[in-house]
Amino acid sequence: MNTFDYQKIDEILDKHQRSKQAVIAILQDIQETYNYLPEEIFPYVAQALGIGQARLYGVATFYADFSLEPKGKHIFRCCDGTACHVRKSRPILERLRSELALKEGATTTDDLQFTVETVSCLGACGLAPALTLDGEMHPNMTPDKAADLLHQLKKEEDHA
Amino acid sequence: MPELHTIRDLDRFREACQKSLASETKKILVCSGTGCLSCGAMDVHDTFTALLKEKGLPFEVEMAKEPHGDVIGVKATGCHGLCELGPVVRIEPEGWMYTRVKPEDCDEIIEKSLLGGEPVTRLAVHQDGKVYEKRNDIPFYQKQTRLVYGDCDAINSTSLRDYIAIGGFTALKKVLSSMSQEDVVEEIDRSNLRGRGGGGFRAGVKWKSVLHQEETPKYVVCNGDEGDPGAFMDQGVMEGIPGRMIEGMIIAGLAVGAEDGYIYVRAEYPTAVRRLGIIIRQAEELGLLGDNILGSGRNFHIHINRGAGAFVCGEGSALTASIEGKRGMPRVKPPRTVEHGLFAKPTVLNNVETYANVPLIIENGADWYLGIGPANSPGTKAFSLTGNIRNTGLIEVPMGITLREVIYDIGGGIRGGKDLKAVQIGGPSGGCLTKEDLDLPLDFDSLKKVGAIIGSGGLVVMDEDSCMVEVARFFMHFTQNESCGKCVPCREGTKRMLEILERITQGEGREEDLAMLEELADTVSSTSLCGLGKTAPNPVKSTLNRFRDEYIAHIRDKRCPAGVCSKLKQFVIQPEKCKGCSRCARQCPVSAIHGDPGHPFAIDQEACIKCGSCKSVCAFDAIGEVF
Repeated sequence: MNTFDYQKIDEILDKHQRSKQAVIAILQDIQETYNYLPEEIFPYVAQALGIGQARLYGVATFYADFSLEPKGKHIFRCCDGTACHVRKSRPILERLRSELALKEGATTTDDLQFTVETVSCLGACGLAPALTLDGEMHPNMTPDKAADLLHQLKKEEDHA
Repeated sequence: MPELHTIRDLDRFREACQKSLASETKKILVCSGTGCLSCGAMDVHDTFTALLKEKGLPFEVEMAKEPHGDVIGVKATGCHGLCELGPVVRIEPEGWMYTRVKPEDCDEIIEKSLLGGEPVTRLAVHQDGKVYEKRNDIPFYQKQTRLVYGDCDAINSTSLRDYIAIGGFTALKKVLSSMSQEDVVEEIDRSNLRGRGGGGFRAGVKWKSVLHQEETPKYVVCNGDEGDPGAFMDQGVMEGIPGRMIEGMIIAGLAVGAEDGYIYVRAEYPTAVRRLGIIIRQAEELGLLGDNILGSGRNFHIHINRGAGAFVCGEGSALTASIEGKRGMPRVKPPRTVEHGLFAKPTVLNNVETYANVPLIIENGADWYLGIGPANSPGTKAFSLTGNIRNTGLIEVPMGITLREVIYDIGGGIRGGKDLKAVQIGGPSGGCLTKEDLDLPLDFDSLKKVGAIIGSGGLVVMDEDSCMVEVARFFMHFTQNESCGKCVPCREGTKRMLEILERITQGEGREEDLAMLEELADTVSSTSLCGLGKTAPNPVKSTLNRFRDEYIAHIRDKRCPAGVCSKLKQFVIQPEKCKGCSRCARQCPVSAIHGDPGHPFAIDQEACIKCGSCKSVCAFDAIGEVF
């Protein structure tokens, strides 16, 4: 039985006047609410907008920002733009992944606490290498500084 | 109801704004560009206001509508450009510039500079043994001509009244009061304004073509999907002086007869989206945007669309598809965007920096504009200066300036006193320049001649420690990842090129690889559907052209001259340091180390898997890495 609560989805749809032109903005708002795009929304949103599910799924899978998998509670986005890359951003990503013991191909820890992903450019190239943690920018990173951020966060989680 | 009903209202409003600005006889200008924000600029800003309040000094964050005596203006401004030294604070009217300012510095700045009339020298820019107290004396600014960014570092970036006080919407007034649609288009055409997004196509030609289309409605679209990694010029405009870009869009709309404009901003720029939204709302409230602009009977509305992380959406037809709520995939052209753009209607599509140039051209005239830079590429260009350069940041220079001036005079040279190896210009669609090109003028046509492009203006400086094969691999990985998959040459070609480049950087390159790379590069360039595919091979072509030796070293000698490609390094035991303790041999997981105890050991390079565990256990620091 489908127990998904569609009320929030309805609010988002109404905010965008159920316009199929606004499909990307609708998916963005849904993702902001759930951290990812739950499977249950596809038939519902497609019907509300009067478009095929395939078209909706096509849009959701085309854009890199949409995720069909749940993400962690905390999200590290490591910039791998050119400026960050030439100032050695790769070891930062690798350090975070190894600290969290992420397996090859995985970006989220099994307990859904942390996600580590790359982003092509955050526009903070002047302060490369940069990363964002839950949307907040951290400039001039090093593997050690990034690991410190993670440890700090883990400590806060343990106390919470 | 909007506040301003006529042009005369705007004039009066401007006078009031100017009075308010003038009553701020002292200013604390805190840079709130993305770079400085991430270094804590807002904490600095808030500390200033808290301290001023505590000290009972009259200050304002938002300009008072009715000025009452002198106050200190505390402004969160657009980008000052010197991201390297952020957070940056400037004190006006003296022009003292302070770098890496922390909240604990604020009290000293207030006491010494605002009240004592003296600079805080320890926070000034120190370069090559000299101290530069005033902004205009700093070498970083001396060769710049800030027109598009002009004064964005002196006003509150979320206040349209600040923008109006420094002359904003003067161009709109001119358009509404004395220019016909044809006049505006003619002026832009005559100014030879070329698109700042990468292509360098003449904006006037696009505008003229849309003006003459009979089909309606028409649209104005602004490409703010600055996807080139290492480029943030447009971010600087959208965050720093959004009013100028919006004024440019309104003028474009009035000129070609469009009533709706769309700004497509990449999702990675949340601050830009927020500030654009604020400024658009203020413009609507004032009656500078919306129905019946300043009582002219003309309408123009602006909508913001957030991108969702697809580089290909920087391409015109992909961008319009994305605004329509579809997958951002390019289509075959012609018909061009000017005839068949957004919602299949005639559309003017320019990028952020291009629109921000428009008010300047209209206000000062095409002749003035043609007087800046070379005739074939007039005006200024914003560049983001990043990588292994001393002064990273955002700069604006006249077109035609040389690379040497940009890197050494403005950029302060290479970090750590190293040598310049290459400058990647134009991002993943561009090419690399070398020391030989230092005296090349930076303009659209000169760069094309050496196989590079100005692109949107990302300049990534690389020192001698950068491996150019690895850089080519990096860009190919990027474009391959971003290929939308619609056309075969791009989808398959970039994949095969990436495989070859990965092989080479892992020491498995083959002699025939270079010829294959060149053949693929030509095929992908000449047969791909859109600009992404057509330009994807450029970094490979240009590095092959300029740094072929490096490719050959990787392939033939299995060596990475820059010491970057980790699979190509060799661990070597230095016999003079080795005591023959055998610790490394016991540690080696593949038994690749042999020797007699008490005598120097040696590593069998064929068997070595380059894990580095020998190096980490050696007590005598006898194991080195050789590339």
